[in-house]
Amino acid sequence: MAKRQKVLVLYLKFPSLEAEVISWATFDGTGKKLHMTGDSDEPPYPTGLDALLDGWRLFQASQAIPEHPGQEFRTSYLKHEFFFEKLEEGDF
Amino acid sequence: MPKLLTTEQMAEFASSGCLFFDALIDEKTNKEFLDDIGHTEIDKVDTVQDYYKNIKATSSIPRIPAGTPLKDAYPKNSPLEKIFQNEVVDGAIKSLVGDSTIIDHQFLHITFPTKYFKQANQRQMSQQNHQDSTIDPRNTFDVQVFYFPTEVTKEMGGTRYHPGTHLRIVNEFGIAKYQNIKGQKSIVCKPGTIGIFHNGLWHGAGVNFSENIRYMFKVRLQPTEKQELLWDPEKKYQPLPNRALYWTDETKDKTINDILMQSYPWQEADTNRLDKINVVKFWRLLTGHNKMDVDYWLTRIENELY
Repeated sequence: MAKRQKVLVLYLKFPSLEAEVISWATFDGTGKKLHMTGDSDEPPYPTGLDALLDGWRLFQASQAIPEHPGQEFRTSYLKHEFFFEKLEEGDF
Repeated sequence: MPKLLTTEQMAEFASSGCLFFDALIDEKTNKEFLDDIGHTEIDKVDTVQDYYKNIKATSSIPRIPAGTPLKDAYPKNSPLEKIFQNEVVDGAIKSLVGDSTIIDHQFLHITFPTKYFKQANQRQMSQQNHQDSTIDPRNTFDVQVFYFPTEVTKEMGGTRYHPGTHLRIVNEFGIAKYQNIKGQKSIVCKPGTIGIFHNGLWHGAGVNFSENIRYMFKVRLQPTEKQELLWDPEKKYQPLPNRALYWTDETKDKTINDILMQSYPWQEADTNRLDKINVVKFWRLLTGHNKMDVDYWLTRIENELY
């Protein structure tokens, strides 16, 4: 049996796992499903905590970086990023 | 006679970064445009390469050097001249980038249906989200005029876009990892629809699962003058005063300030406030009212006494 990784990336409304999901991406290393940009209008979970409750393991979260002096009002990328994984066993 | 945008439409553009005019261009002009680009029926061409080869061989769209004034760009009575002379398109362009706008570039976007990917044994994927060109910290802005000569159905994917993202400064495909963003929209439209995007608006081409080709002709326009009250040459616009931050006498009248202060489902709780501040700053530039404010966002932090 081989192991493959599934990755779920959630962007949350504020930097705590109970916050609402505002953006999401899924990459399926098992090859069972091909996810792509724009493929769903509804998030897979309402909050980051709901992903944990469904067995996703958190392995990375974005840091809180203070705004650069003079650049406090500059807005850019989505801030509150959380990477989760699930490992799946099977004959791939 | 150009039909200039209303202050409400300008406020909508300032907040969402886009405007749409459904089925604006007539059927005859749409047909002439398809003839001009060298449109070929799908059953006559089997590969993407052959399709482009055919278009290159038969298209009569002129080659336009970057920086060419829009008014000199397209031949008299050509479909593109007619489109840009349409009173609504002309008025919107004059309102946003002025009377002496120049062409940055034009491009015919083609999204091919599943047939071509199957035949080439390729994975058919949508285009990732991106902001066009490169990182752009200007206050000046360009517009991208999107013209859809044919109907775009839901199955055809449509251009995906994210209202309200235009003032977030990112580096092109640096946002590609956001597969889905709450509140995302796709342009599903009738033939002859025109969309106008702020150059910073996040977007991407949807995947085309239909049996037909999807076209979108894009022209990016740059201003050569300050973009202040271009839609209001008599300078009638006067900002509303800051309103109370708590009230119980709910009014039903939607004001310009309500349009400017729209929130979007993708915004973080904290950065949403900065997004609003940046819309107020943008509106100050568009109106020339350098001290105007909405909901006290900027007045509060401009009260520096030291």
